[in-house]
This record gives sequence, structure tokens and C-alpha cells, in this order.
Amino acid sequence: MTLTTPPTVAAAAATARATSPTRKGRGRRGGARREALTGWAFMAPFSVLFIVVFVIPIAVSIRASMFSEVPSGEGLYGGGELVEAFVGFDNFAIAIANETFWAGMGRVVLYAIVQIPIMTIAALGLALLLDSFIVRRPGVFRLSFFLPYAIPGVIAAMMWLYLYTPEVSPFMQYLPEGTDFMAPGTILLSMANMTTWTYTGYNMLIFLAALQAAPRDLYEAARIDGASGWQIAIKIKVPLVRGAALLAVLLSIIGTIQLFNEPTVMESQNPWMGKGYTPMMLTYNSLLGAVSPSGTGMASAYSLLMAVIAGGLAIVYAVLQRRKGGNS
Amino acid sequence: MTTAIRTGNRRARKVDFDLPPKNALPSRRGKIAGLIALIAAAVYFLGPVYWLVVASTKNNRDLTSTFGFWFAEWNLGANYDSLMSWTQGMFWRWVGNSIFYSVTAGVVGTLFAIMAGYAIAKFSFPGKKVAVAIIMAGLLMPVALLTVPLYLEFHALGLVDTVWAIIIPSAVSPFGVFLGMVYAQSVPTELLEAARIDGAGELRIFFTIVMRLLAPAMVTIFLFIFVATWNNFLLPLLMVSSQELKPVTLGLFGMMSYFSPNKGAVMLGALLGVLPLIILFFTLQRYLRSGLAAGAVKG
Repeated sequence: MTLTTPPTVAAAAATARATSPTRKGRGRRGGARREALTGWAFMAPFSVLFIVVFVIPIAVSIRASMFSEVPSGEGLYGGGELVEAFVGFDNFAIAIANETFWAGMGRVVLYAIVQIPIMTIAALGLALLLDSFIVRRPGVFRLSFFLPYAIPGVIAAMMWLYLYTPEVSPFMQYLPEGTDFMAPGTILLSMANMTTWTYTGYNMLIFLAALQAAPRDLYEAARIDGASGWQIAIKIKVPLVRGAALLAVLLSIIGTIQLFNEPTVMESQNPWMGKGYTPMMLTYNSLLGAVSPSGTGMASAYSLLMAVIAGGLAIVYAVLQRRKGGNS
Repeated sequence: MTTAIRTGNRRARKVDFDLPPKNALPSRRGKIAGLIALIAAAVYFLGPVYWLVVASTKNNRDLTSTFGFWFAEWNLGANYDSLMSWTQGMFWRWVGNSIFYSVTAGVVGTLFAIMAGYAIAKFSFPGKKVAVAIIMAGLLMPVALLTVPLYLEFHALGLVDTVWAIIIPSAVSPFGVFLGMVYAQSVPTELLEAARIDGAGELRIFFTIVMRLLAPAMVTIFLFIFVATWNNFLLPLLMVSSQELKPVTLGLFGMMSYFSPNKGAVMLGALLGVLPLIILFFTLQRYLRSGLAAGAVKG
């Protein structure tokens, strides 16, 4: 590369774009354009796929939610060809008025309120225990807590389904007579247990990573000042993993709103749950026509509504956490 | 401490280095309570998996009548035969499909993610901030909600019930780009500049220098995409209907819900269906941990 511009211009350009690490020695305008082109060239493959998989589907669902498939009306039973008709926000109105949708939403919110704190606290507790030199080789424990994460959600759900089935279960005979893990009052907790089992180890690893990134001197200093192990855990280590915990809870909220695998597996053996037990099941089954009202328009409306609710909950949670952090 | 005496024993010495001074160790009572909690947790997490192993060797009668956590009459062979006949010989095909989808999506997704991460970390270009913001929003997007519109899109494109319907969506990983960005920042800019001055083209720099330096990061991203693809259920449930294209998760779910099955055979299928994943997991788990660490520290 040959520098044709005076060095001062190059220096000015360099300071103007100090954010770019590659700017050094590349003051030419042509260099900047080349860099931009190269940057976009490297971005391009991912960007194209991202548009196909994230952007277009959102556009498609917004459009689809405004249309409804209606019979053209010539047939004997009001049938005939199905044609798409523009219905505006009618699908949203139907979705918002649908009690099944809100019952399902209530279930996942209840599920989130119970399951996420239990899982997060358990993960944090286990991470603190493994970080506190109680065992000399935490690797074995770390691996065993993490193992369930390697088991796909559906397969874990099938396994737990059998563990909850009295004839097959290895432990239910030791429980009080009449214990039923799959009754209307308990099934939500039973599914919460599946999720907890799968994801606690994963979250524990996140916390452990955050703990081990902290400088060890910090703990030593606290020791010298006379802090107990318990005080160090609560006053130093827990605040250290606050950022990681915030992210873990946020991702759990988003994950819980779309709860699908566990209830689908449970429903296959407990038909009383219905095809709309969670909003995601309702969405899937309305696309398939297994629940009424059905159709692509309805399924899209449900999807968008859930996305808005998930986003809203996530924002509310993040704002609450930030405010709490600012005050303390 | 006693390091001087123990120098002959490398193992003991290494452990001593990891430990804090004696006064920082937990008290005896605290230690016992902590140990009990850890062991109880290990039983909770491992118990069901152990039961899965035991159950896969039993027939339906022994499953209900014998002690659940120990072996009874060895019935593994018969369970295997009934697994094969119930899946009409498709079982290993399904496992193969899962491997194929996960590897393809993993390789393509990792390459694209590391390229994008490298571009964000090392180049300045117009629209970069917007692109980063959109990708990070994608990180928080509830992906299951995308699956229904994705189905509509792929249906319109005529891609439903093809391998593309699983591979293309699985290969897009905003988390992979995020990790790629974090790791690519560690590539020394001087090295890239030196290569440029020596006349190396951008592609050559990327494939010979950047990819070599970021190889461990790429293993990490690959693992995340691989696991996510293997575990995905809703996507293949919507996209794929022919038996020949099903991944193992979908195939097993169908087997469980359509028949009144030989439960030992279902358990064996579940076990064999997760075995490849578990092996991969534990041979490469340090890469997963490094990815989680990057996410935890930066997030």
C-alpha cells in the first residue's frame, strides 16, 4: 500500500476513527472504503442467513397475522376454495379475547415465578459450594451437575414422564399413597422439575465462570480483615455474579414463555391437558388446525402477541433490576 | 505448608497451589454440610440417568415389579430388537440424521459467525453499530416464536420437508457471532497489519492467520450450535414429516406417542439417542466452559 496523502491528514483520519483498530497506517480515503468493503464482505454470509431466518419471518408473520383464510363461499357447506382475505387486526382481537391463550399465559407465568428463582438460587448455591474449597477436585461434581444439559429436552421429558408413571417409576412406591405427579394441581410443578433438572448445571457453570474470573486477592484481603467464609460468599461473591445472574434470569424468562417440549410430551399421555396448555402449544396446534380458531393468520397473531409479551416482561425485569442495583 | 516435603509427589503439589492459606478453608462443620449438599445434588442430577441405563435393560414386567435402581433379568438384546422393529429399522438413520444436521449446521454456522465476529471486532464499516444492535436483539429473540413464521416462509419457498429446512435455521447463531466478536478482539492488530504490509490478501489473512488463532473459539461456537441443533424439537416437528428425514428426538417422540410401547425399548432408544451427544460433550467440555465464561464475564 502506498501513502499518497500527507501524514498529517492520515493522523487526523486516524484520530477521527480511533475506534477502529485497523486504522493505523491506513489514512487514505481509498483505504477506508476498502476496509468498509472488506468488513461487509466478512459480514455478508451471516447477514444473508440472518435476514432469511430472523428478519423475513418477522415480516411474514406480521403480514400473515393481518390475513385470514376464508372459504370463497360457493360450496354446499360454505366451502369451496380457501382464499386469503385481509382482516386487519381481527386475528389479534380474536387472540386477545381467547381465554385458552390467557390461561396458557397464566400457566407459563406461574411456572416462571416458581421455577426460575428455584433454579437460579440452586445454581448459585452449587457454584458457591464448588468455589469454596470444600472438595479438592470439583471437576467430578461439576460434570455430574452439567450432565443433564447434554440430554435433549424432549428425551428428558420422556424419561421424567416414565419416572412420574406409578407402575414404572423406581421411587413412587416409597411415596405416600395417592401421590400423583400428573394431576391438574401438580403437573406444572412436575414440569418445572424437568426444566430445573436440565438447566441448573448449565447456569451453575455460568456462575462458576464469573466467580473464577474474579481476582483471588479480593477474598484473601477480606480474610485478613476477618470476614468469615459465609460473609465472603454473600457480600463479595454474590454481587460479583450479579451481571451473570441478570442475564441468566432474562434468558430463562424468554425460554419459559415459549415452553413447548415438556407440555407436549406430557400431553401425549395426559390428553386432559388439551392442545392449548401453553401459548406455544396453542400456536403450534392452531397452525396444524388441531384447535379452533386455526390457520396461519391465527398462529402468526399468537406468535407476535407472545413476542410482545416476552419482550415486555424482559424489559420490565431488566428495568427493575437496574433500579434495584442503583439504589443499593 | 508442606510443599517442600511433598515435592516428589506432583499431584499433591498441584493441589496445594490451588488451595488458599489454611485460615481461608471452610470449617469442619461447614465442610461436612457442604459436602452433603453437593452429594445430594449429584444424586438428583445423576439418579435419573442411572435409572435410564438400568431401565433400558429390562422388559415391561421387570420394569414394574423389580427394584428400580438395580438390574433384573438381562433383556438388553430383546429391547434392542424391539427398538429396531418398532422404528422399522429407522433408528440409526435418525441418529445419523441428527449427526448430519448438527455437523453441517455447526460447520457452516461457525464459519459464518466467526467471519462476522472478526468483521465487527477488526474493521470499521458504515452500519456496524446497527448490525451489532440487531444481532444482539436476535440473541434475546424467543426463537420458538420464529419457528411458525419460518415454516410459512420455507413453505412458500418449497423447502419444507427437505434437509435445508433444518440446516439453514440452525446455522444462524447470534450467540456465535457474539462469542466470535469477543474472541476476535484478542487477535493482535499488529499481526494483521504486518501481513497486509507483506502483501497478503484479506481472505488469505483470515484463513491462514485469524482462523488458526481462533481455532479454540471455533470449537466452542461449533459445540453450541451442534448441541442446539441436536436438541431442537419444535423446528423438525414443523418442518419435517418424512420418516427418512427425522432427527432422533423427533423419531423417538413419535415412537412414544403412537404406540403403546415396550418401555424398556423406548428407554434404550433415549439412551442411544443421547450417547453421541454425551460423548462429544465430555470430550470437549472445556470449550463449552470457556464459551460460558466469555458470556458470563462480558454479559
